[in-house]
Amino acid sequence: MNVDPKPLWKPHAAGALLGLGLLLTFVVTGHGLGGSGFTTALSAAGADLVAPAATAANAYLGPMVADDSNPLDAWITWQVLGVAIGALIGAISARRFRFSVDGPTRLPTAGRLSMALLGGIIAGFGARVSLGCTSGLGLSGAATLATAGFLFLGGFFVSGAIFGLLTRRLWA
Amino acid sequence: MSLPLGFNGVVSGLLCGLIFGFALERAGFASACKLTAQLRFKDWAVFNVMFTAILVAAFGMYFLQLTGLLSMDQVYVPTTYFWATALGGVGVGAGMAIGGYCPGTSVVGFMSGKIDGLVFFAGIIIGTWVFAGAYDSMLPLLEAAPGPEAQTLSQLLHVPDWVVLLGLTAVAAVVGWFTARAPATD
Repeated sequence: MNVDPKPLWKPHAAGALLGLGLLLTFVVTGHGLGGSGFTTALSAAGADLVAPAATAANAYLGPMVADDSNPLDAWITWQVLGVAIGALIGAISARRFRFSVDGPTRLPTAGRLSMALLGGIIAGFGARVSLGCTSGLGLSGAATLATAGFLFLGGFFVSGAIFGLLTRRLWA
Repeated sequence: MSLPLGFNGVVSGLLCGLIFGFALERAGFASACKLTAQLRFKDWAVFNVMFTAILVAAFGMYFLQLTGLLSMDQVYVPTTYFWATALGGVGVGAGMAIGGYCPGTSVVGFMSGKIDGLVFFAGIIIGTWVFAGAYDSMLPLLEAAPGPEAQTLSQLLHVPDWVVLLGLTAVAAVVGWFTARAPATD
């Protein structure tokens, strides 16, 4: 039995499917796909659970949990659940599901996980500054030809390239 | 029939997300190694996948609008806040170079077994809390230099949409052509 993972799709084929899915999303909902909208809702809900008074008093998270409203009761929650299911189907059907720690190949596991945590913190902070992430602003914004989408992508690629070159020795 | 339909329920969320997650997995974006290889210019899949997707969706909306089926004034177009939009992109780009993912792809990574994807995701939650704590003091920066509401590149450049679409197609074609022979990482 062949147990090797199936090959990835060509970038233009995967991009075409992604584009059709994005077009379907716009046509069905009136907006694009997202990612950080969900993590923000989860952050608000989590903070409300642990520290309700501080959350209610916070100028950013407070309005999201005002009047006992649940920030997770939103379209984006179902969309991210769909992303998770779609990715799981994709990974299993291509025999690519494997518990592993990816990341800088020249670092030990603890170093890789520390980098992942640090990168996540920076990306999470950044996505709130710009009111959207690579999905919501970069991909979906640019598809509407929004100036904001292209300005975000410019900042994303320039900074990504600078930090990518600075960290290149950590990767084999 | 008039589009968009305005369906924002459970089924539309699950279906649209499912296609998104599956396409990202097939592109290889569950791998931090592949994603960051773009930022070291070793692999152009991130650029080519994203640009292809942007063009397919943008052309699709353009033609649906031409036929009168889709009203673009009912479609959400984000507004630029110059410093916030650009610096947010800088943050997300740095986060990907350092941590390997972005918010959406960290979910895809974890769902194909990548523990670092889950850790990155946890980092995003912490980063959001840090942002919330600093929100008041950052408000002047966040709201600085706002652009016209929902401005498109066509409006900025005072050209028709099809000119922008052709320009983007040219960029995608040139990059796609030059990178077609470059080795891809798995």
